Amino acid sequence: MKKFFITIFFSFICFNLYAAGDAAKPLKVDWSFNGLFGKFDRSQLQRGFQVYKEVCASCHSMQYLSYRNLGEKGGPEFSDAEVKAIAAGYQIKDGPNEEGEMFERAGLPKDKFKSPYPNEKAARAVNGGAYPPDMSVLVKARAGGANYIYSILMGYDENPPANLKLEDGVYYNKYMPGNKIKMAKPLNEGSVEYADGTKATVSQMSKDVTAFLTWSAEPHLEKRKRIGFKTIVYLLIFSILVFFSMKKIWSRIETKV
Amino acid sequence: MSETNYKPTSSFGKWFDERLPLLTLFNGHLMQYPTPKNLNYWWTFGGILTFCLMTQIITGIVLAMHYTAHADMAFSSVEHIMRDVNYGWLIRYIHANGASMFFLAVYIHIFRALFYGSYKSPREVIWILGIFIYILMMAAAFMGYVLPWGQMSFWGATVITNLFSAIPLVGESITQWLWGGYSVDNPTLTRFFSLHYLIPFLILGLVVLHIWALHVPGNNNPVGIDLKKDGSDTVPFHPYIVIKDLFALVIFMIIFAGFVFYAPNVLGHSDNYIPADPLITPAHIVPEWYLLPFYAILRSVPDKLGGVILMFSAILILAALPWLDTSKVRSAVFRPIYKQFFWILVLDVLILGYIGAMPAEGAYVAIGRVATVYYFAHFLIIMPVLGFVEKTKPVPLSIADPIISGSGNLAAAKKDKNLN
Repeated sequence: MKKFFITIFFSFICFNLYAAGDAAKPLKVDWSFNGLFGKFDRSQLQRGFQVYKEVCASCHSMQYLSYRNLGEKGGPEFSDAEVKAIAAGYQIKDGPNEEGEMFERAGLPKDKFKSPYPNEKAARAVNGGAYPPDMSVLVKARAGGANYIYSILMGYDENPPANLKLEDGVYYNKYMPGNKIKMAKPLNEGSVEYADGTKATVSQMSKDVTAFLTWSAEPHLEKRKRIGFKTIVYLLIFSILVFFSMKKIWSRIETKV
Repeated sequence: MSETNYKPTSSFGKWFDERLPLLTLFNGHLMQYPTPKNLNYWWTFGGILTFCLMTQIITGIVLAMHYTAHADMAFSSVEHIMRDVNYGWLIRYIHANGASMFFLAVYIHIFRALFYGSYKSPREVIWILGIFIYILMMAAAFMGYVLPWGQMSFWGATVITNLFSAIPLVGESITQWLWGGYSVDNPTLTRFFSLHYLIPFLILGLVVLHIWALHVPGNNNPVGIDLKKDGSDTVPFHPYIVIKDLFALVIFMIIFAGFVFYAPNVLGHSDNYIPADPLITPAHIVPEWYLLPFYAILRSVPDKLGGVILMFSAILILAALPWLDTSKVRSAVFRPIYKQFFWILVLDVLILGYIGAMPAEGAYVAIGRVATVYYFAHFLIIMPVLGFVEKTKPVPLSIADPIISGSGNLAAAKKDKNLN
């Protein structure tokens, strides 16, 4: 009886709300960062950054990331020279200088990712009233996480059901709640050309950019899992020591009972 | 608590203890304190809760060093903690999941008291202090959830503060006073931050009183009978209970670590990683899991004021429990009918929690209403009546002495003991 209730209780608190509406169940991907020892695939993160840079970044900001993050451990791990080159590819507004003027300069690793729009209103004006969300923590901000983001990117291909009316600038997406999305299909076969020779299929690019966004939402994921495993092993060994100490101490009085 | 014959060994210890008997206090209450020898693992949650409180205070102090309580900066300061502060992600995940673990432990602690009748005479004051602690915990958790200033923070704060507007005449003024303006905004955030920092220390003070009150009659125990005066039923707190509490704590920490390191966001809501936006209401506004049963009670009443009154009554009714429970036997072990009702209550609260997480529509509302009515019926009807009609099992005379008296309740058991 007790065990039954404890089981119910735990499954209850672990229960995750998923308000899917009329959207299809998201696709499941066997991500390299899943599981107890999950790690990112460096070259996948580098490819994912390329997809972000060449496709997503024209509408979506990533305001909590700095270029230096791209070279940090546990991420895409670009070399220092590569990070400097990536940052230098952007013109960053700085200032005021000693004359009190704002000026433009080449980006440095310390700079935050440059946003495509100066502010939210400008973004909405260009995108038919919709605001392309900042993607820094997007994976954590959606129920379903990486699988959901991947599914959205893969959800454009089917024809919409006949009874679904799509307004101008609204697109059908199989996995979006309500099946309507204001983002046009972002990735098409060959949207980017991978330097490492990987074939840029829609599925490949979607996986790569989703992995990149997962890292950006949780940049310390690898370290977290590594420390977590050590912590739990330590606690398990400690619990065994404490258990036998407890038995030994209680044996002093057990006999008297 | 009996007088101790403790004398510090070092000369400095003696000198200090004569001037401020702290060592005597610690020796009496943390070492020699006589504890029933038959306590089971359900009794280890007091120590676990102390650990939870200290964990929340310590991680919270560190987080406050890096957090910015401002509507425009709170969200990004949390991201700063998660990305750039050394081990900031670890400290924040411990703090956020620590709140859930704190509530998990406190619910087990409360249900343990309900099962073994720990709230009954002479422990009413311990129980009521515990309820005050629980209420403060809920206030602290709610305000803490607002601080990251995500969508659920903002809309949760809006829903909960709006409850006060249901109060007749002064409701609106009170709500605006809580907000510090005409809606949830920066002044709300800064005052919530201030109070969120204050409340844990109030809880700490109440915990001291809770333990002080506990150490007057001593612990209840699974058998639920008074202990023999000669001390044959007890063991000193140290090392017997200390090592047992430590073992339970380490197991608890393993579960805690499982959440922190492998599922740090399952207990939270993904919408809280979207910055607060007063213009966009989330599809479903849900509180954290530990407040869901009360949320279900709130929503089971169509009238706003009625719902608010019922929700607060659901917590406050617990304070009257020592007088609503008319049974003379404490432990459910000897109360075969109460034992069944106890588990039904557990199930009822779980159902309420589930309903609280679901949208308020259709069958969910009906189930929520039935569960709400049952919740109150348990305390207002079942508990008082059961004490009179239930035939309890024979209660043993002492923990050490397993002789069972032939009589049906504790009073009779005591009488038998006097006859012997």
